[in-house]
Amino acid sequence: MRAVRPAPSSAEQSTSLAAESPSVVRNFLNSRGSGRLADASFATLMLICASTIFLIVLFIFWILIHNSHLSLVAFGWKFFTREAWDPVSGDFGALPFIYGTLMTSLLALAMAVPLALGVAIFLTELCPRPLRAPISFLSELLAAIPSVVYGLWAVFVLVPLMRDTIGPFLAKTLGWTGFFEGPNFGVGLLTASIILAIMILPIISSLTRDIMTAVPNSQREAVLALGATRWEMIRIGVLRNSRIGIVGAVMLGLGRALGETMAVTMVIGNHPDISKSLFAPGYTLASVIANEFSEATGDLYYSALIEIGLALFLVTIVVNAIARLMVWAVTRGAPSRVS
Amino acid sequence: MSTKPIEIQPLGEPRKPSRVNVARRRAADHLVSGLAILATLVVLAPLVAILFYLVYKGASSLNVAFFTRIPAPVGEEGGGMANAIAGSGIILVLASLMGIPIGIAAGVYLSEFGNGRFLGNAIRFTADVLNGVPSIVMGIAIYSLVVKPQHHYSAFAGGIALAIMMIPTVTRTTEEMLATVPHAIREAALGLGVPKWRTAVSISLRTASPGIITGCMLAFARVAGETAPLLFTAFGNQFWSFKLNEPIAALPLQIFVYAISPYDEWHRLAWAGALVLIALIMVSVTLVRIFANRGMLKGGS
Repeated sequence: MRAVRPAPSSAEQSTSLAAESPSVVRNFLNSRGSGRLADASFATLMLICASTIFLIVLFIFWILIHNSHLSLVAFGWKFFTREAWDPVSGDFGALPFIYGTLMTSLLALAMAVPLALGVAIFLTELCPRPLRAPISFLSELLAAIPSVVYGLWAVFVLVPLMRDTIGPFLAKTLGWTGFFEGPNFGVGLLTASIILAIMILPIISSLTRDIMTAVPNSQREAVLALGATRWEMIRIGVLRNSRIGIVGAVMLGLGRALGETMAVTMVIGNHPDISKSLFAPGYTLASVIANEFSEATGDLYYSALIEIGLALFLVTIVVNAIARLMVWAVTRGAPSRVS
Repeated sequence: MSTKPIEIQPLGEPRKPSRVNVARRRAADHLVSGLAILATLVVLAPLVAILFYLVYKGASSLNVAFFTRIPAPVGEEGGGMANAIAGSGIILVLASLMGIPIGIAAGVYLSEFGNGRFLGNAIRFTADVLNGVPSIVMGIAIYSLVVKPQHHYSAFAGGIALAIMMIPTVTRTTEEMLATVPHAIREAALGLGVPKWRTAVSISLRTASPGIITGCMLAFARVAGETAPLLFTAFGNQFWSFKLNEPIAALPLQIFVYAISPYDEWHRLAWAGALVLIALIMVSVTLVRIFANRGMLKGGS
């Protein structure tokens, strides 16, 4: 009580003192300024930079629409269902390219997904610990190889291999299906799909691995405690829990496959034709742009190519958005990785 | 089933699982393990094959001329890719100068200011989506934006295209790395009266700097091998060029042109170029690995 009583008086004293001559500390703080202006401008600067990401996407969208106006008006929606591609008479349709893109991407997925799942299962559940880091490092190295190097390798190694070994073998054993008919030049839809599969494998497998690592260990232990074998544990405890995320990872791979340009351009044969045979040369949306854009004479030709780019942009954005949402739904909380 | 009375079995006599069932389950287990190992081997095979071919074909054609000469005309022996290496360097420096500051700033916004807000989430999502936009689309967008109004291809346009491709990667890694900086450090700085901007720059960014550098290097390595966005922006050049508003050579472009050419001499140079490109990328990725493992958040926790 004794200590309290003088306190107000001393506080009064100090405030009255402060009113007359502020303390050294107060003086110092006053002289420094609040930093409010600097804070606000820093926050605004950061916000502007962050918003550029928005603007970039909007801007790409706008500029693609603006430049493909001519072809949008001339062909409308029919652009995507017409087979014609005749720059000389100005008759354009994107169907062969859509067919080539879908065919190669889906075939690549069919080859890559089981393998990627196998790698992810091996790395998360089976692999001895000392081997884990080197193998995942190697499979990430696969992701770091530029697509033009894949293309180079495919042109000089995979194409001859397809032409002389794998192609004839497939024609002999699976020729009755009708998918492996016609002359086999080595370049074609199948070769493009194989190189695409090799390219999207690391993306799918590393994402799947992250998703499977995010499954809590208690799930695994619970299933094992019920007497499950390791495979049953993986199937019931891990795969079932992470299936949405795995579908997301597969769709991210699909997004990458749809837009892949250089390696596919180098081995697909570049011929706008729809053919059932996988040996036949094809053409994809991305590779037609890569091949013909710089020699596009005439405004309609140019805007038709831009419209193909617009279609590719929209499709990959939708595929990626769905995939991201799926992956987020599963790995929420766990640190995600930049692919 | 629930209406049936439960048959009470005497304890101490547990039902033994049938031997066939156990054998089947065990076989499935082994089968899947085998398949997973096989899949890993199948996946690593192309990597080994690609690296083997690169070294085998590339190393035999690497020589001093490759690093000092410009491409020789068709039919002449020799020649190199000196101008392409220099051009790639110029374009990448341009791209880094534009892309990395914006990317880091956006990451700072996401982590320090926009966390939990709608705008923050929207920007994060857009960055992820931008990451998936095909590089060829980026190429034609920049062509329409920069090259078409200027009426000539330029190194600057190539730099912009690559910068845009770098931004999402840099942003997302910066954000993730900043998220790992403990709050206690920020609070300590704020408690000492340090303004928020200074806390973000000198405390958060500095603590997370090894991780952020890793992200920048990864983005750099990723765009270093990009060819498609340069096709219609940098365009390529057979001669020396250091001007930013003129077409410039780039290593990936040169590899592409040489790979699809019909000349053996050019194929040889393409392999050598690919080896140099891969070596550059692998060295940076490996450095990143070492960097990330050793220096990871020394100040944290």
